[in-house]
Amino acid sequence: MPLRSDIKKVLVIGSGPIVIGQAAEFDYAGTQACRALKQEGLEVVLINSNPATIMTDKHMADKIYIEPLTLDVVKKIIEIEKPDSILSTLGGQTGLTLSMQLAEEGFLDSHNVKLLGANPETIHKAEDRQAFKDTMEAIGEPCIPSKVVETVEDAMEFAKVIDYPVIVRPAFTLGGTGGGIAYNEAELHEIATNGLRLSPITQVLIEKCISGWKEIEFEVIRDAKGNVITVCSMENFDPVGVHTGDSIVIAPAVTLADKEYQMLRTAALNIIQALKVEGGCNCQFALKPDSFEYAVIEVNPRVSRSSALASKATGYPIAKVATRIAIGYSLDEIINQVTGKTYACFEPALDYVVVKFPKWPFDKFVYAKKTLGTQMKATGEVMAIGTSFEEAMMKAVRSIELGMDNMRKKTFITMTDDEVREKLHDVDVDRSFCVFEALRRGFDVKEICDITTIDKWFVSKLKNLADLEAWLEEGELTQEKYDAAKKYSYLDKTIERLSGQKLSDKGIKTRHAVYKMVDTCAAEFSAETPYFYSTYDEENEAAEFIEQHPTDKKKVIVFGSGPIRIGQGIEFDYCSVHCVWALKEMGYEAIICNNNPETVSTDFDTGDRLYFDPLTFEDVDSLIATEKPYGVVVQFGGQTAIKLTKHLQESGVRILGTSAQSIDDAEDREKFDELLEKCGIPRPSGHTVFTTEEALKAANELGYPVLLRPSYVLGGQNMIIAHCDSDVTEYMTIITATELENPVLIDKYLMGTEVEVDAICDGTDFLIPGIMEHIERAGVHSGDSISVYPAQTLSEKIKQTIVTYTERLAKALNVIGLVNIQYVVYDNEVYVIEVNPRSSRTVPYISKVTGVQMVDIATKIMLGESLKSQGYESGIYPVGDYVAVKVPVFSFEKLHDVDTQLGPEMKSTGEALGIARTFEEALYKGLIAAGFKMYKSGGVMFSVKNGDKPEIIPLAEKFEKLGFKLYATSGTASMLNKNMIATNFTYRIHEGMEPNVITLLESGEINYVISTSETGRKPALDSVKIRRKSVERSIACLTSIDTANALVKCLAMDKSVDDLEMVDITKI
Amino acid sequence: MTLNSVNAPKAYLILADGTVFQGKSFGCTGEVIGEIVFTTAMTGYEETLTDPSYCGQIVTQTFPLIGNYGVNDEDYESRGSVVSGYIVREYCEIPSNFRCEGDIDSFLKKHNIIGLYDIDTRKLTRIIRETGVMNGMITPTLPEGSEMDKVLEKIKAYTVGEVVPKVTVKAPEEYKSEQGKYRVALIDYGYKHNIRRELVKRGCDVTVFPAQVSAEEIKQFNPDGIMLSNGPGDPQDNPVSINTLRELIKEQIPTFGICLGHQLLALANGATTIKLKYGHRGGNQPVTDLTIDRTFITSQNHGYAVVSESVPESAGKVSHINGNDHTCEGVMYTNAPAFTVQFHPEACGGPHDTAYLFDKFISLMEENK
Repeated sequence: MPLRSDIKKVLVIGSGPIVIGQAAEFDYAGTQACRALKQEGLEVVLINSNPATIMTDKHMADKIYIEPLTLDVVKKIIEIEKPDSILSTLGGQTGLTLSMQLAEEGFLDSHNVKLLGANPETIHKAEDRQAFKDTMEAIGEPCIPSKVVETVEDAMEFAKVIDYPVIVRPAFTLGGTGGGIAYNEAELHEIATNGLRLSPITQVLIEKCISGWKEIEFEVIRDAKGNVITVCSMENFDPVGVHTGDSIVIAPAVTLADKEYQMLRTAALNIIQALKVEGGCNCQFALKPDSFEYAVIEVNPRVSRSSALASKATGYPIAKVATRIAIGYSLDEIINQVTGKTYACFEPALDYVVVKFPKWPFDKFVYAKKTLGTQMKATGEVMAIGTSFEEAMMKAVRSIELGMDNMRKKTFITMTDDEVREKLHDVDVDRSFCVFEALRRGFDVKEICDITTIDKWFVSKLKNLADLEAWLEEGELTQEKYDAAKKYSYLDKTIERLSGQKLSDKGIKTRHAVYKMVDTCAAEFSAETPYFYSTYDEENEAAEFIEQHPTDKKKVIVFGSGPIRIGQGIEFDYCSVHCVWALKEMGYEAIICNNNPETVSTDFDTGDRLYFDPLTFEDVDSLIATEKPYGVVVQFGGQTAIKLTKHLQESGVRILGTSAQSIDDAEDREKFDELLEKCGIPRPSGHTVFTTEEALKAANELGYPVLLRPSYVLGGQNMIIAHCDSDVTEYMTIITATELENPVLIDKYLMGTEVEVDAICDGTDFLIPGIMEHIERAGVHSGDSISVYPAQTLSEKIKQTIVTYTERLAKALNVIGLVNIQYVVYDNEVYVIEVNPRSSRTVPYISKVTGVQMVDIATKIMLGESLKSQGYESGIYPVGDYVAVKVPVFSFEKLHDVDTQLGPEMKSTGEALGIARTFEEALYKGLIAAGFKMYKSGGVMFSVKNGDKPEIIPLAEKFEKLGFKLYATSGTASMLNKNMIATNFTYRIHEGMEPNVITLLESGEINYVISTSETGRKPALDSVKIRRKSVERSIACLTSIDTANALVKCLAMDKSVDDLEMVDITKI
Repeated sequence: MTLNSVNAPKAYLILADGTVFQGKSFGCTGEVIGEIVFTTAMTGYEETLTDPSYCGQIVTQTFPLIGNYGVNDEDYESRGSVVSGYIVREYCEIPSNFRCEGDIDSFLKKHNIIGLYDIDTRKLTRIIRETGVMNGMITPTLPEGSEMDKVLEKIKAYTVGEVVPKVTVKAPEEYKSEQGKYRVALIDYGYKHNIRRELVKRGCDVTVFPAQVSAEEIKQFNPDGIMLSNGPGDPQDNPVSINTLRELIKEQIPTFGICLGHQLLALANGATTIKLKYGHRGGNQPVTDLTIDRTFITSQNHGYAVVSESVPESAGKVSHINGNDHTCEGVMYTNAPAFTVQFHPEACGGPHDTAYLFDKFISLMEENK
């Protein structure tokens, strides 16, 4: 079936800001979708509130709206653009839910808009619990038996039917509070009683407990003809009980015999047929380890994180194929791009295995619970490809950037055997490392399997690694040992460290990796698409490929940014991809090396060649040896790529753009101080320290408050403001627990206006596309601040100073390419806080709102062009007609125990943008896009630290004027009342009386909470409880008076979506 | 791979073109020559090893980790294993599965199969893909100097030859179903047991006949349907069987053929077969059923194919084609109530998506009763 003739103009809904559980994979899917639609000659309208995405780039769609993803806004855009269809299945849950709502309301019918990909019936069947169960029952696919009950008696009765153990899940309690697993009647009685009490609607779900079962996923595709295929199977290292996004995953499934494999595969195909999905679908199964019994856990009738992983794991572009299917093509008409000869209607065959390893934010949230369960906590992931599980695992571990190059985790080494045994029971982020430690100590495989319920296959494989390490550690290092370790992809330095011997001393013949192709077909057909991974084997296919495709083009390798984490997000992928595009445009051969399966950069048709590999020194050395590039680009891949600079330069590799020396000058405290002095630019005074003693001495010298952070970091990782000696001591204890390669920086902390600049420099001229000002004062990490372009409150003189300083710094550092500088304006004086001679988080958004394609320009500069030759004058770029406000988005509801108080350590996972002609309107849009609800009346609760009290008076007054009821604890309430602002009094938690702050929050009368406190690393304080409770009750909680002021300004505007102008950014 | 493999004895693979791979020995140790083929299936290695169609061949698995879930007696597709040799990248010493009864190394030893592991199987696959199916030898010692030339001559001279007689049953075997609705004569050219199981499951009493069975014997048996099984080797090496089929066509008995059975019936009807460059072996081959315009993922294992254009119009027409190379994957006969497919609807290993063909066979028998 060819392209449907009734489709001419398609609306694509993106997934919005990056949050835990909905990340870069939807930019990848959306980008593929837009491209596929455009290739078919269709007009594409895109809406996505996330400015850091590649899909919102000018050439991805004909019309692009970076607007809030709310029902009203989408309706308005449909009315303006009049598309004939909506693609519902590429924008994650956000896109699917919005499409469903539009359909259910009849809006789509009345506007003659067709829903492509999944029709309302399909979505309903997959999303509605009961409809899903009924559908599965109708086709004979077993679900996990469960029942909603309201009494303990009903719970007991149902448990008898489904047999113990059962899981009790109370309704409407966050993170399953009050739930648990009951193994017998007595336990169920206790848990159910408790659960019913805690549930606000006295309701619990009783479900058959299947924890410990194998968790298997299938990615399935169906076309309108009814052709069905599975793209990939995946098996979780962690059995059922851990969210698949938080589990180590191997593809394909390995512990299933053909009988079980085909049983589940057939089930997956039956499900997609029954749901009539036209496109991709994800089916999750639980399989009992000791029988053929299985249950369908979940079905997602859309592309997902798993489908991105499956696409990268197999080379099969699910999103692209799903899009083509949605517009009418059938699987047997779509060419398999990888082979160029075969069709999309086949199932990829792998001749390698893939390991996915999650990236969790707990290096940042030190006090948060690291336990894993049904709520996903990972912000990102890496994928590693190897010819064995051990190899893939080793590659994954060093890709995840935990400072590890094998599975030995420092914190376990000092534990006693009993402690390790105890720790094995914990289902947390370190479990795989704990298993490894246990194996290293000679624990029995069976014992480990019994405790963890992890399959023997996985544990045995990890044992192979432990055995190999033990062998390396004993006796003399031999070539045989070296070769064996290389088979598992151990780095030379790891082999040296474990053996305690130098390879060169022992006369070991070292070797580089070779590269194998990912070709969807296990070499059955010759492939066209150059997608490679490293391994230690005989034949080097990449070298062969390069030889067979001779070209006059110079080769440039672009190093990517690795896993998405707080502080290093999708923005860097945007930059890497743009760099690749610019390189290609300039006639270079662009080669990408990265390890993140969620991204556009690791789409095999982004670069001329893709290497899916870790980004460590030795890994890139192998790549350099095979590719022999003209040069490499490191400044777009965040800290991950920047870290490679010095090594590469020392190895004689040409670094395009800013040199390693300049990067070091900016990162090394002493050199940087010298530079600033030379330039005559003030900075807050500070020191570098290595020990707690040094830190305390420096802090007292500078005078509190001081800012502490490790050098060479991104996203303010492990950054705090210390107000006293104990803060410093606590901080240094944590930071010195891991290996301290670089010193800790300690600075005087100035609480002024924070200003950020991204600039491009060619060595002679410089260009500042725009100056951004933060709403929150310094002290809140720049990534967590609301950022406004153009700056609204700065005087011309200050702006001029910033431009001058930027020029001086860029030139003094010999920046060739991008530089990001953060300033603080304090007492009408401009201070430099930080200079990063690389791309930054703000580059995508500032490029989009100013129209200055920063990465493209910078890339051309790195290769010898100048700003002038590209038509740009030196200095600041003229301000445009629009104001853009970037608002951070957090994932606090996913991370229990994380204090939501903003500070110098970054906590946001993503961002949304508001664009409008006025600042107020842009702010309004930005806040809505970030998920704020604009209430016209209701309640506001104040609980602020003493220092903030004077400032809340005008704030409270504004809320009062708008008609909000105000609440506060004794001190604040009496202060406000004294100032003639009527405020209701409420008790503190520890005062033991009601109504207290918590019961008040639970009452539903509070719409906004303003909560600030002195320090808040430890999640025990009253104020932290207030903030957590707010998250739990979905009440907007503002932890900076500045943010609160911005919000109240918007509320006062009394706007609605109807008043807003929808901005097509392709016209800016 | 565990550390044990560090001390495993070396073994080599010598290809007819002189290429040598050094690996390690597992299963039985010794020397064996065979036709080297590769399968891309990621599961079902036990089914592969016990598939009689691989007789005379050295099977290479492109999936690198083999033996993960061990082996068990239930999953045999024939009485034993007749592959000549077995090549994997890595075999699993500690398999894990609730039905696991042993590991693959012991399995090979038990069935006297010479195995080789720890070679670059992707390199080997690419060689076969580029140059076509090739003979090769697994050997524990590498011949030196002129000795090598002699060995290469020997390797080149090897042919799979007439192998059906080696794998077919010696005497008829009966398998009763619960319902006993149909009498099916299954002519065994090296049949996979799941063909029989699929039929028995559908209420057929199945009698398995040796490949050399005469048309007369089948006629006397008076079956409701004839099932022509899969099997090894060049279809043209079976003139007797082809003749038998030529006789049987006239009887208008519902007939369903799979793989070699499909090829033999085509030959009996005057069509021709060719040897494919490197065949189709794996569980991911797309086949389009032209009669309903649907494409299915199939399990395949064949080195020969029926030439589509050679199927006489008077006999029937091509009903299925391969989605990748468009070779003939099935024939619908018009001169008899018969249909045949090149792929394996009985799966094991591989996808069960075309099991509906067994239902079709049942309907055909029902209609002709």
